[in-house]
This record gives sequence, structure tokens and C-alpha cells, in this order.
Amino acid sequence: MLVYILRRLLQVIPVFIGATLLIYFLVFAMPGDPIAALFGDKQPSPQLLAELRAQYHLDQPFVVQYWFYLTGIFRGDLGTTFSGQSVNDVLARTLPVTGRLAVMSIAIEFCLSIVIGTVSAVRKGKAFDHGALIVGLLFLSIPVFVLGFVSQYFLAIKLGWFSPTVGANNGWNGLWLPALVLGVSLFATSMRLMRGSVIETRNQDWVRTAYSKGLSRSRVLPVHVMRNSLIPMITNSATNFGVLLVGATVTEAVFNIPGVGNTLFQATIRHEGPTIVSFVTIFVVLYVLVNLLVDLLYGLLDPRIRYVK
Amino acid sequence: MSSDVNATHYVAPVHTTTITVDAVKVAAKPSSLWSDAWEDIRRRPTFWISVAIVVVVILMSFAPTLFTRTDPAQCSLDFSNGGPAPGHPFGYTFQGCDIYARIVWGTRISVAVGLLATLIGSVIGLVMGALAGYYGGWLDSVLSRVGDIFFSIPYILAAVVVMTVFAQFRNVLTLSIAIGGFAWASTARVVRAEVLRVRQSDFVTASRALGKSNFGTLISHVIPNAIAPLLVVSTLSLAAAIVAEATLAFLGVGLGDTISWGTEISNAQTSIRVAPMSLIYPSIFLTVTVLAFIMLGELIRDALDPRARAQR
Amino acid sequence: MSDAVQTPLLSIRDLKVAFRGQKTEREVLHGVSLELFAGETLAIVGESGSGKSTTASAIVNLLPGTGHVTGGSIMLDGRELTTLSRPQMERIRGREIGYVPQDPMSNLNPVWSIGFQVKEAVRANGIAHGRHAVRQRAIEVLKQAGLADAERRLHQYPHQFSGGMRQRALISIGLAADPKLLIADEPTSALDVTVQRVILDHMAGLTREKGTSVLLITHDLGLAAERAEKIVVMQQGHIVEAGPSREILENPMHPYTQRLVAAAPSIASKRIQAQAERRGIEHETTLDDVPAVRVRDLTKDYKIRTGGFRSVPFRAVDAVSFDIPKGKTLALVGESGSGKSTVAKMVLKIEDATAGLIEIDGKDSSTLDTREVLALRRRMQPVFQDPYGSLDPLRNIGNTIAEPLEIHEVGDRASRRARVVELLDQVSLPQELTSRYPNELSGGQRQRVAIARALALKPDIVVLDEAVSALDVLVQDQILKLLAELQSELDLTYLFITHDLAVVRVVADDVCVMEKGRVVEHGTVDEIFANPTQEYTQRLLDAIPGAAIPLGGAR
Repeated sequence: MLVYILRRLLQVIPVFIGATLLIYFLVFAMPGDPIAALFGDKQPSPQLLAELRAQYHLDQPFVVQYWFYLTGIFRGDLGTTFSGQSVNDVLARTLPVTGRLAVMSIAIEFCLSIVIGTVSAVRKGKAFDHGALIVGLLFLSIPVFVLGFVSQYFLAIKLGWFSPTVGANNGWNGLWLPALVLGVSLFATSMRLMRGSVIETRNQDWVRTAYSKGLSRSRVLPVHVMRNSLIPMITNSATNFGVLLVGATVTEAVFNIPGVGNTLFQATIRHEGPTIVSFVTIFVVLYVLVNLLVDLLYGLLDPRIRYVK
Repeated sequence: MSSDVNATHYVAPVHTTTITVDAVKVAAKPSSLWSDAWEDIRRRPTFWISVAIVVVVILMSFAPTLFTRTDPAQCSLDFSNGGPAPGHPFGYTFQGCDIYARIVWGTRISVAVGLLATLIGSVIGLVMGALAGYYGGWLDSVLSRVGDIFFSIPYILAAVVVMTVFAQFRNVLTLSIAIGGFAWASTARVVRAEVLRVRQSDFVTASRALGKSNFGTLISHVIPNAIAPLLVVSTLSLAAAIVAEATLAFLGVGLGDTISWGTEISNAQTSIRVAPMSLIYPSIFLTVTVLAFIMLGELIRDALDPRARAQR
Repeated sequence: MSDAVQTPLLSIRDLKVAFRGQKTEREVLHGVSLELFAGETLAIVGESGSGKSTTASAIVNLLPGTGHVTGGSIMLDGRELTTLSRPQMERIRGREIGYVPQDPMSNLNPVWSIGFQVKEAVRANGIAHGRHAVRQRAIEVLKQAGLADAERRLHQYPHQFSGGMRQRALISIGLAADPKLLIADEPTSALDVTVQRVILDHMAGLTREKGTSVLLITHDLGLAAERAEKIVVMQQGHIVEAGPSREILENPMHPYTQRLVAAAPSIASKRIQAQAERRGIEHETTLDDVPAVRVRDLTKDYKIRTGGFRSVPFRAVDAVSFDIPKGKTLALVGESGSGKSTVAKMVLKIEDATAGLIEIDGKDSSTLDTREVLALRRRMQPVFQDPYGSLDPLRNIGNTIAEPLEIHEVGDRASRRARVVELLDQVSLPQELTSRYPNELSGGQRQRVAIARALALKPDIVVLDEAVSALDVLVQDQILKLLAELQSELDLTYLFITHDLAVVRVVADDVCVMEKGRVVEHGTVDEIFANPTQEYTQRLLDAIPGAAIPLGGAR
């Protein structure tokens, strides 16, 4: 197990370096003046330009630039946003909010997909299964932001069940509607996965052996079917974390939630390049960390990894 | 030595049909994997519905004038947020443009981005995945690491970065490369897994023992047998790419002034309280198209599933 | 003998089972009847598709998929089982009827410990209550099943056990509640031959001690005769013959049973051995001719990654040497892990040898350039085990057989087509098959296609890697006869890899017995069977089912 952990950690390092290098490369290794390019067609003040040039060490060779950038990440110094605030301060304010949104959405997604997925699998081919499939695919086909706008319009503005924007009311209670939107948009893939996983597991020989012991269905299903089916679900949620991050960005934009995603959104529509780079990097770091954690969790869940022969 | 079931030594009466061992059914029709899959899929009504939708969409892309006579660029503020009128079934946008016409004319851009991005992603994914899975060893390690790196950057966010940097090149090609150039990693993983599975089969070893080159075996035996999941993933990627175009437009890094579903939805945001339909109509077109492709993907997956095939 | 007074423990009358298809119902059991008395062991013997496993599953209502009982009755101790409700059936399962399945790896849940799964069986059947009592009982049944240091093993997981140990765990689960009836569905078919005998002996001892009746499902007639007092022979959902095992073996009446008895390798091997002993044992003779294949000190090392970061070298093949004279068959026998398949791959040049010499027709095969290697491949062809994986599913039969001709650019399209037809004829398959696909053929038919493909280039040497191991007994017999015909017709040399010593008796001239990468004994097949010098060889011989039965009468 220890070796597994070490090996995973070692694998993470090149991925981390590679990803950050790639982002950095895309922005700063292109021909032309990267700073001007980052600002698009806006005209920043010469003073700001000079500051940024110094911040990004543009007089140095590319590799040195990247080195400063990388160590900056580790030191926790990610520079400043366009408006002059330190990225760290912004993060401190916004990360908890996005965290709450993410946790709530994942909880909703898991509850829905585990229950509906299992029932669909057990009633395979029947009405419930077909119905759940259609509904799931429908939610998969609607872009998250459209879902956000539509629910905002119908549930908040027209029916008044929720407030249309979140703003300052971003504690656990205020995030219900956006969490619902995000959770529902994610649940389609995980529901299909759970369904497939349960169907496959039910056909496994050990399930028949369990029944032959005289166990009832109410024991076999959770202990021998679902327990095994959860493993692919959990690993999938890690690889799907990128979808969650993008979904969170969009949801925060629609509902005006002051989270990390919204900060990124503001930067993208205002074409504030440096901020975009910083925050995309943050998202990548988050993604890599979450995947590492889930991999370690997976090692705990599957004894074949925990105990090597 | 009697035919009584309860006797000590029971012998069943002899039937003539029990004699031949391992006879061949000469009369039946030949059935390969693809013909079996086709037989299965053509019976499903959802298949034909999806195909119909796809045909209509493609027709709209190539010949928008078949569907509308109105010029989408002809906008007049007199009609701002106007409701439906004869010849203008969906009404007008905030800027007084015909919603229906703009949706119809936007089809070709959205579909083009979808197709091109998927093509780029699938080709790169196929090559990387097949090489990594078949040759293994250090090549696999390197290619898988590269895949992991691309995988860890959500492709929408990567596209955001690219489109921001290349702001002066906002066109279909750039957008497609931005999407496909990062989305290939998940395709590569699927292809690699399937190639690994096929590679272990005896017919691959037999091919090498016959004298076929390593690379030749990859091309003529391994890849054709590994392509089924790629087909499924590609249809799903196509759907995802069309959605991506819309999302990127929403994020402000889409195609700008070019008419597409994404730009239409994005532009309608501001007037959602006053005229929600200007956002909902293009969304419906997008959703229905995406749904059609996703259904196709699911149907193809079911049709090619070897276990389901065994039961037919 | 009159047992009219004694009522049977298990009584099946006219049982019919069907599977629901998309539109129709397909009947697979057409009225099966049998009786099993207390303390008795009854074996159901049949090939695949005979319905033997279906009968067993129907008793405990664990039919796979859409299977269901459509008629007849199953009575356990006078109680009708087919009409029981689900909770009632659950009470019967485990407590009154135990079940031991075939494949030990897939029948144990990988994420729960062995102890958990055994304790589950104990608790579910009310054998013990309370954590301590349940644990003690679990340890007890595991020990009874032959698992030493059971206490330590409770915490371990299935993947940490060997195949034999896993099967013992399954046996202990089946017998945990001391049921009256134990259903054992091919309980040892997935295990190595020497382990099989040990497990079966143990199981027999246990059931004899407890007085449990056993319903044994098997495809091996010799094994059935050895372990059971009564045999029931099934074919395609019918019972064709039933009676005391001795009588069935010595005096089979139904033509199907007669063919089974004639073809069963374990029985056939004894018969041939008897014949050989009468005419005189054949010994190895020194040859003047260059052997078709000569192997000297062949070695293969692999690097195995241990759990850590290092990798240790693993010697899969250790200084193996043998000769195969032209036109003869050499059998390489061994259990799993013996290295026999690796030797075959090195001879075929699919894998490189770490050290040693391989000479084909006198020429060293390691010094050849690519063109010569290609030429060599024309003369040496493989046939593999898995009939479901050895043919490309996307190619029709004609293209598959013609592929070697294409690769080596032999002839033109017309002549290749003619050659394909010729080959199909040689393996007794109809010409219409050229446009068909592998999935439409049975295992035996696919294997014949594989043989046809191997013969396309008119090779001198054919390497058969477990080529008949996955086939039913009668089909296996057919293929072995075909191989023998082809050998004499075309003067072929065979390298025959197998784990089944009984098949070796039927098919080989010379034998090499391998264990853990080394050749432990070699000689002519007569010698090996009559006078084995090594203990391992003796163990393999003893493990052939039916070894203990004296066969009456010459056939």
C-alpha cells in the first residue's frame, strides 16, 4: 500500500509540471508580445504593462520565466488580478464558497445516481429504466448554463421558490438552486455508470454464490452488488472533476455566486489574460489534487491494491 | 437394462438426432459483427428518429435557404423583442433580428465546429491510444503521461486560454483545434484500453506467428477489432463539442459576431427576463441535436456490445 | 437390491426448464428424472449444453438470466421445491442444500475477506449466534475443509489465496451449515490436476463423515465413476442412461454413452496402457536422422515487478532440452506455471530465448535474418487453445485460412481460393463455410479452421498449444483423430502442449514432463506410464481420474 501511495505521488509530479508548463507555454511562448496578446484588444496602462512584464520576468529566457512561475505557485504567490488584488486574497474569499457549492452538488449527484442507477439496473428494460435513461440523456444534452438560466427563469423569477441570484447569501442555504442545477447536470453520466456497473456486478458468479448461502436479496444487493459497483463510480467522479469545475464556473456566473469560478468568468469576459492564466492554473492544481486523493481512497477501498500478494 | 426410469440401469430410447457430433448448419446466412449490429439497430425506432434529426440538421447546414427566406443579418431595432409574426415564427431578438432565421443559419457553424473538433480529437486519440496500447513499454509510459497531462486540464478551460491568447484568430478552425486539441485524451484512454484487450487474443499471436509484421498486425487485425468503442465515444464527443461551442460563447471566448447557436444563446442572456424565448428557442435546437447524437452513440454501443450479441 | 421402502432424499420427476428469449421460449431440459438417497453420491455427466449444470441450478432456483422451471417436480425429503416462495427457498439454501461452484476466483467477492464471506454463511443459516461463536464456527469449517492456519487466514482476501485454497473456502461455505445435500458443480475443473485429486479426496472424506448426499456435476466420466456410486448421463437436455457407475462404465448400453466411454481420455489412456503392457513397452531408440526440432538448454528469464520499485528476475524456463524426431509427436506436459507454453512460443520464435539452442531441421534458428525467419515460419505453424480467440472475429473463414498465403505471397487469388477449399476438405468442413464468420461456428469447428489455417503453407512442424483442452470430450476425440490422420497423411511433426496426461497417452510418442520450468522426466509414452521414475510424474499419473477403477473386459 505504501508503495502504491509513493508510486502515485511520483506519477503526479510530471503530470503537474507538464500541465502547468503547457498552460504557460500556450500563453507565453507564442511569438509576439504575450502581455499585449493577453489583453486582447484592450489597452492597459503603460504602468500596468511594466508591472506585469516585471512580474512575469519577460526579460529572462522562457525556462527561467517558467521556473519563477512554478516556484511562485509553491510559495503561494500567484500574483495579482487585473484590479490589483492579490490572487491569494481572492482565493481565500472565494474558495470556501465554491467548496460549498461543489460539496452540495456532488451530494445531490451521488444520491440521485446511486438510487436511480440501482433501480434502473434491477428493473432493466422496463418502464422506469427507459424513463430514467431519457431524462438523464435530456439533462446531459442541455448545456449547464442554459439549464441555469431556464431554472432561474422558471423556478426563481416566475415561481419565486428561490431567489434568482445568490450574491451575499452564499452560505449552505442560499446555494440550493445552483447546487440542484449543477448536481442534475452531472447526474446523467454517473447514473448510467452506476446502472452499468450494477448490471455487470449482478451477473458475477459471486452474487450467485451469495444467494446459494441462503442470503436474502436485501442483503446481497447492498453487500455484494452495490459495494462493488461503487468503486468505478468513485473513480469516475475524480476523472469527471474537470466537468464539475467547468460546471461550477458557469453556474456561479449565472447565479452570481462569488466563488472561484465567477472570478474566472469575470476575467474571461473581460479578456483579462493574466488572471485567466492564474485561475486556470488553480483549477488544474485542484484537479490533480482531487485525483490523487481519490486514487488513494481507491487504494483503501479495493483490497487487491491494499494488500499485494 | 430397461427403459423404466426407476429401474437400476435405465437406458433412454435411441433417437436418430443424437448421433452426429458437431454438425455444421450450412443453411444459415453469414453474420459478422457489423451485419449483426446493423440488424439490431435498424429495428429500433429511436435509431430512426435520431437519424431523421441528424439528416434535418445536416440539411440545414448545407442549405439554410430551404428552411427560411429571411436574411438573418437584416435587423432593425423597430422589431426589438417583438413577438411571433407571419414569416417570423419565433419572433425577434433584442436587436430586432429574426430568431428563427438566425438559428437556421447558425446551424452550419455549430455543426462544423462539432465535426471538426471531433475529427481532430478522434484522430489524435486513435493514434496515441493505439500506439500506447499495442507497443507498450516506454512508449506507453510516455504517451500515457502526455495523455494524463492533457487530461488534467479541462478542455473547456484550455480552450478559454487558447481563444484568449489567439483573440485575433476567432474562427471555426481555431475554435475546433482549441477544443479537439485537448479533448483527445479521454478518447485515447478508451482506445488504449480496447487495444490492450484485443492484443492479448490468440489471433493476434497467430498473425505474428504466420509472419505478419508487428505493425501490419496492428493495422489489419488489432485496430479494426478495437474500433467499436471509438465509434461510440466519437458520437458522444460530437455532442459534447457542439455544447462546448455554446459554453465558450457564453464565456465570452466564442466566435464573436459569427452566427451560431452558441452566440445566439449567449446574446440572449441579457434579455432573459423580458424575452426568455430568444434564449430558449436556440437552446431547444441545440438540445435536440445533441440529444440525437447522444442517443445514436448509446444505440451503437448497445448494438456492438458482444454480450448482448450472444443473446440474440 | 430392494430400496422400495427407503424414500429418496432428492427426487426429481420429469423436470422441464426453459429460457425466455425475445419472443419465444427455448426449452433446455426436456423432462429430467433422477433419485438420490441419503449418504449417496450421484454424478451427472455430460458435455456442454447437456443441461447438467442447469439441472443443478434449478434445484436451488438459481437459474441464470431468464431461466425458469416450466414443469415437473423437485422434492427434497418429501417437500416440493418448485412451488416455494422466495423466503422459503432462502431458508432451504445453505441450510439444507449446500452449493460448491466451479471457478474459485470469480465465485468469491474480491472486496470482502474470506472470513467475512464464511461468517456470512454461518450467520445466515443460524448455525451460531454472537460474534465469538460465529467466528469459532467459521474457523472450524475452514479447518475441516483442509485450510490449515485458518485463524490467520480469516483476514485475508481471495486474491491472496491460491486456487486450491479458494476452492477449500468455497467448500467450507457450502458445508458450513451441515446440509443434507451438497451440490458440487464441476468443483475442481478450474484447478491444476494434482490439486484436483487432493481437494476431491478431502471433500469425499468430509461428506462421508457427515453423511451428506452429494450431487456431483462433471464432464469427466472417469472422475464420475471414481467418485460416485450412481451415474446419470445427459445429452442436450435429456437423460440418456442412468445406473450404477461400474455398470455404466463396463457395460454402456446407449450409443452416446458408448461413445463417451470410448472417447474419455482418462479411460482411454488406461485401455491403451493395458494394451501396451501386453504387447511390450516401446523404448526410446537413438536416431540417425536429423530431428525436426532440437532444443538444448533453452532458458527464458522475465523481469517481474514486485510490489516495490525493483524488479526481480523470474526464470520461466530453465535449461530445457529435447528432440522431436520427424513425423513423431512430442508432448510437453505440465501444470500451470510449468513453462510449457513459453517453450512453445520460443520454438515458434514469438518470444526470444534468453539462452540456449533451437535447431529446426539442423539449422540454428537464432542466427537467421528476417527473410530467413519468414521462410522458417512457413515451415512451422501454431494452433492455440482458445477457440474463441484464435480467429479474427471480423474476418470470414475463407479470408482467415487464406491469410498465410497472402502474407507469404503464394499463388494468385484463384489458386488461393482453390487451396482454401482443399484445406476445408482436409479438415472435414463443408465448402460453404468460406463466407461465414467465426461466431457462427462451434468450438470444435473453429479449432478445425485453425488447423486448416496452420496447414495452408504445407508446414513440416505444427505446434499445438493446449489445442484440444477447451473442447468437449467427443469433439476432442474427433479432433485428435483428425490430427492423427493428418500426421500420417502429410508426414507432420507435432509439438503437443497439454496439462492433461490422459490425452498424452492417446496422442503422443514421446513425453517431456515439466515442472516449474524444468524437465523432470522424459521418455517414450509407454515408459512414462509404465515406469515413472520421478515422484512428480507419479503424482500426475495418479491424478488422472478413474485411475483407481479396474476396467473389466477388453474393448
